[in-house]
Amino acid sequence: MTLKTTLKINGKDRTLDADPRTSLLDALRNHLDLKGTKKGCDHGQCGACTVIVNGRRINACLTLACMHDGDEVTTIEGLGTPEQMSALQDAFVRHDGFQCGYCTAGQICSATAMLDEAKAGWPSHVSASLGDDVSLTDEEISERMSGNLCRCSAYPGIVNAIRDVARGGAR
Amino acid sequence: MNQHLKMDRPQDDVIGTMAQGVIGTAAPRRDGPVKVTGQARYAAETGTGAEAVGVLVRATITKGRVTGMDSDAVRAMPGVLSVITDKRLLRNPAQGTANAAPVQDPGQVAYFGQPIALVVAETFEQARHAAQGLKVRYAAEEAVTDPFADTTEVERPEAKQTEQGDLDAAMTAAEFSVDSTYTTPAQNSAAMEPHASVAEWDGDRLTLHGSYQMVKYNRNELADSLGIDPANVRIRAPYVGGGFGSKLGIAPEAVAAAIAARDLGRAVRVVMSRPQVFEATMRRSGTRQRVRLAADADGRLTGIGHEARVSNLPDEAFSEPVTMATHFLYAGKNRKYAHEIARVHRTCAGSMRAPGEAVGMLALENAMDELAHAAGIDPVELRLRNIPDVHPENGKDYSSRRFADCLRDGAARFGWSARNPKPGQVRDGEWFIGMGVASAARGNILQESQARVILHADATATVETDMTDIGTGTYTILAQIAAEMLGLPLDSVSVRLGDTDFPPAAGSGGSWGAGSAGSAVFLACQKLRQSLADMLDTDPSELTLRDGTVTSSNTQQSLADLLSEDLTTIGHIEPGETSETMQHAGFGAHFAEVAVNAVTGESRVRRMLGVFSAGRILNEQTARSQCHGGMIFGIGAALTEDMVHDHRDGHIVNHNLAEYHIPVNLDIPQLDVVFLEERDAWANPLQSKGVGELGISGAGAAITNAIYNATGVRVRDYPATLDRVLPGLPDD
Amino acid sequence: MRDFDYARAGSRSDATARAGAGAQIIAGGTNLLDLMKLEVMAPEAVVDITRLDLHEISVVEGGGLRIGALVTNSDLAAHDVVRRDYALLSRALLSGATGQLRNKATTGGNLLQRTRCFYFYDTAMPCNKRDPGSGCHARDGFNRILAVLGTSDHCIATHPSDMAVALMALGASVEIEDAAGDVRQMPLNDFYRLPGDTPHIETVLEQGDLITAVLLPKPVAGRQIYRKVRDRSSYAFALVSVAAVVRMEDGKIASAALAFGGLAPKPWRNAKVESALTGKVPSDDLFGQAADILLADAVGFGANDFKIPLARRTLRAVLRQATEATQ
Repeated sequence: MTLKTTLKINGKDRTLDADPRTSLLDALRNHLDLKGTKKGCDHGQCGACTVIVNGRRINACLTLACMHDGDEVTTIEGLGTPEQMSALQDAFVRHDGFQCGYCTAGQICSATAMLDEAKAGWPSHVSASLGDDVSLTDEEISERMSGNLCRCSAYPGIVNAIRDVARGGAR
Repeated sequence: MNQHLKMDRPQDDVIGTMAQGVIGTAAPRRDGPVKVTGQARYAAETGTGAEAVGVLVRATITKGRVTGMDSDAVRAMPGVLSVITDKRLLRNPAQGTANAAPVQDPGQVAYFGQPIALVVAETFEQARHAAQGLKVRYAAEEAVTDPFADTTEVERPEAKQTEQGDLDAAMTAAEFSVDSTYTTPAQNSAAMEPHASVAEWDGDRLTLHGSYQMVKYNRNELADSLGIDPANVRIRAPYVGGGFGSKLGIAPEAVAAAIAARDLGRAVRVVMSRPQVFEATMRRSGTRQRVRLAADADGRLTGIGHEARVSNLPDEAFSEPVTMATHFLYAGKNRKYAHEIARVHRTCAGSMRAPGEAVGMLALENAMDELAHAAGIDPVELRLRNIPDVHPENGKDYSSRRFADCLRDGAARFGWSARNPKPGQVRDGEWFIGMGVASAARGNILQESQARVILHADATATVETDMTDIGTGTYTILAQIAAEMLGLPLDSVSVRLGDTDFPPAAGSGGSWGAGSAGSAVFLACQKLRQSLADMLDTDPSELTLRDGTVTSSNTQQSLADLLSEDLTTIGHIEPGETSETMQHAGFGAHFAEVAVNAVTGESRVRRMLGVFSAGRILNEQTARSQCHGGMIFGIGAALTEDMVHDHRDGHIVNHNLAEYHIPVNLDIPQLDVVFLEERDAWANPLQSKGVGELGISGAGAAITNAIYNATGVRVRDYPATLDRVLPGLPDD
Repeated sequence: MRDFDYARAGSRSDATARAGAGAQIIAGGTNLLDLMKLEVMAPEAVVDITRLDLHEISVVEGGGLRIGALVTNSDLAAHDVVRRDYALLSRALLSGATGQLRNKATTGGNLLQRTRCFYFYDTAMPCNKRDPGSGCHARDGFNRILAVLGTSDHCIATHPSDMAVALMALGASVEIEDAAGDVRQMPLNDFYRLPGDTPHIETVLEQGDLITAVLLPKPVAGRQIYRKVRDRSSYAFALVSVAAVVRMEDGKIASAALAFGGLAPKPWRNAKVESALTGKVPSDDLFGQAADILLADAVGFGANDFKIPLARRTLRAVLRQATEATQ
């Protein structure tokens, strides 16, 4: 049995006719030729599969594609191209915010949505107060990005890149 | 038209005479834009979508034999194409540089979690469910899984039990001494990309897109496993999502994919699940280490003993070389080493980042800290006092070594003089604060490598080698070397890697990749410079190549004008006598400030500095990132990483990334890395040394030493999780 | 993951009607799909309730908060009223999981998280919770993360939630709608069951039941603290956690509500601990007595023995902080 699902991915309607067991991640990678989104653990334990659904970052591995009929999905391919990188993509290159590159799509999708969360005034575990005034200190960036593991351990570069963009760093 | 060099003599600094100064700069990664935009294709992503999907099935006994399985029931499941139990499937992954098939025949079970079959279906969802449903029958046997049980069979290879002088006497006569036993747990490389292969046959020719570090060897391992001619095997690995040793040798999914693709006559993709990566690729062996240090009244070492027990499966040749750096780091006339290999039925043990130093330096550098405390000597000073003039066991000189400068420079930069030598004295609210230091050392190795450089008639260049870039910066460094030597803008050089169709290089491992493959590129470019000089009827030393122009005595012209056709050369480097005549290693010093919570025993690194001397640094940014990576592996080893084997059956209990705790972003403060200016003429013509593993060496010990300074709690069993700190904390 | 029938519920009654034998309700799916991939759970049917109208947080007349079952952990943690009046809940949520998971995980689903016990998660291991009667492999195995309170011979699992610990201290209730359309409420403490000899039954939910909301009583005065102790600084389950709402009056503890995570098969609350504190002048001795009461029946199984002193120290530190004269 297969199920038909329509997703708006990176601004385009894409139709999927797949086994209901298909995760959003496997739908992207195996059915829709959007292989920029990575599978690192398949259990929500690494963040490599992070995509943005209806404006929120989620683990694409831990949701079924068929549950997202009509949803808007942004993947790494929707954020920029090698010729026209997003501010975060560019900053990750400049600050060496990756090495092997496998967690990178997830890091960048996560950071993209994280900056919006901070703008919306969402507090984090390390916030001194639960008020609306979020100042993205290095500690705040690190906590908010702790759902994205990087075994190459490019964490210093990742924080530098995000700080740069958060403070309006130049492209 | 080749250029060959055997490293029999030290080499002049040619790079230093070049005109552009591209080498050593922090040039951004050439592969950056494709990686940050999701365009780089890793192994599992190379298929067309038409490939069948295989999922490995694991053994759920520790030892014994598979007597049967209900393959027919599984074959009848929707979408299932095949259940493969071919005797050529791998039981163990191949060790690094094995160059031949590892242990095969998965019907013989040697560890819990061992692959025993491959289920292939049309889709991943079908294959996964079918693999889960495969009922297997076993004839189970008793299995020894505890490396430290009295009854466990232990090998003591004669060559690794060495003694010099009389350590026992030195210990008796010592003014100050340490005799401590440390343990380190099993670990997993946990590269973010799980092992993955896509195999496709064209007649008798196999192409495998794999996630591998050393394709030259992997090709032979795969061919030997399949029983085919290596000439019929091509492996491609242009992008590899991290390795850290776990992808040195061919692993079960590659052979399984190749067999399935042949059987089914279509491409097959096999990707290991995360638990399978833990259970069926290499683990770093746990260790138990006894370190003895004997010192005189001034803290000068008179004796060092380092005795280690490690483990592996029966018949595996690899054993964690724990004492490697202990041999050459510190002085001391009387020395004793022991190396014991417990034969246990646990997942195969192999190389993980800095095999040997990564664990051995934890114990040695903790012991040095214990000695410093016992002798009342500053730990930096103690180390400085014990730097030997020559190798303390074979009398060789060091090829280059700014070890003392690393310690002194690091101490000054870190503010070490502010450290209170008495433990438990510094508090910041609920936190105890302490500082720790540890030395770093990692042997430097040159491996045979070839690279082809094509200087195109339009004054661009292409570098081709089967060398891999596993995040190490190879794409960028090789481009920098070629650009520098040929006087080209960096953008005019393209680099093609990770394909056995290209000239064979060392591969990524042992920190030798950049120096070895880079030297091959260097040599090829030297030959090209000779060709250009010949065209101008001059000597290469008279040539200045810069920004695409050629200057020789009074004439200047664009390189494109000079060239009428493509020039192609292969550079070929081989290790030679310099490897024997000198002791080669990179050195460094780690400084860490750690906070330990007085209530809970949680430890958090506040800041950390690594100062390294590693010859010429080829790319300041990628080298720094490599050192960050090593230091953070060290933080993980010190504080969180512990791959637990169940004491009853040896199975890996925490085989996932939720419970095997690699550091997260918040665990890591900003890290400082400093490279001291150094050239090593004996290492290779680039005068560089490896940095990929130097950063982990000793890093974790700096942290546990800081925990001791913070609290007075000496954790000798890694990692220093809160339950190991708590019992020593004052009642709060 | 076995094949299943997927249905999207169009209404609550549609959901409860479909949530019969062999069916599982899915909302955020962050734990259910994790377990289904491993076939630790293998439902024949999956009922997607994400389109139901259970996404609202509303202030209840007379005080208190009604949190729809589908409110995500992110939205709940960031909600103005929660941040202001139930800071403990925000803190607990923010200490759990990751930004990505909190964006998916729901209030109802979080309550129903299954244990992280290694042996529950590995289908090759005996586990009374996953496979009743097969035995508990954790007791004599690697039990470092497992429970010291409320265990039985059959199971020593811990409940992994942070949110539920905070809700327990805040006196939350659960609203449940059954297949007949009847709605009932019960205190969260009564919602969970201890393992006893049926560790596979974790709550009072019956077939066809749907959690529709979590209800918080009107905010109580006092200092609210959530303290989580774990192996990593982020993205790790609690080894021990303490949720506290403590109100001081005239230098004495006027009221104390305390709940604990990481210690037991359910978010743990012990009224005796709270009554021992009530009306007393805070002191280290008093806090020690409270810890004694909490841990009187605590039993470790080897690798998790440390949780007993850790819980004692953490509780005392939280009480010290909660009763300090100035914030």
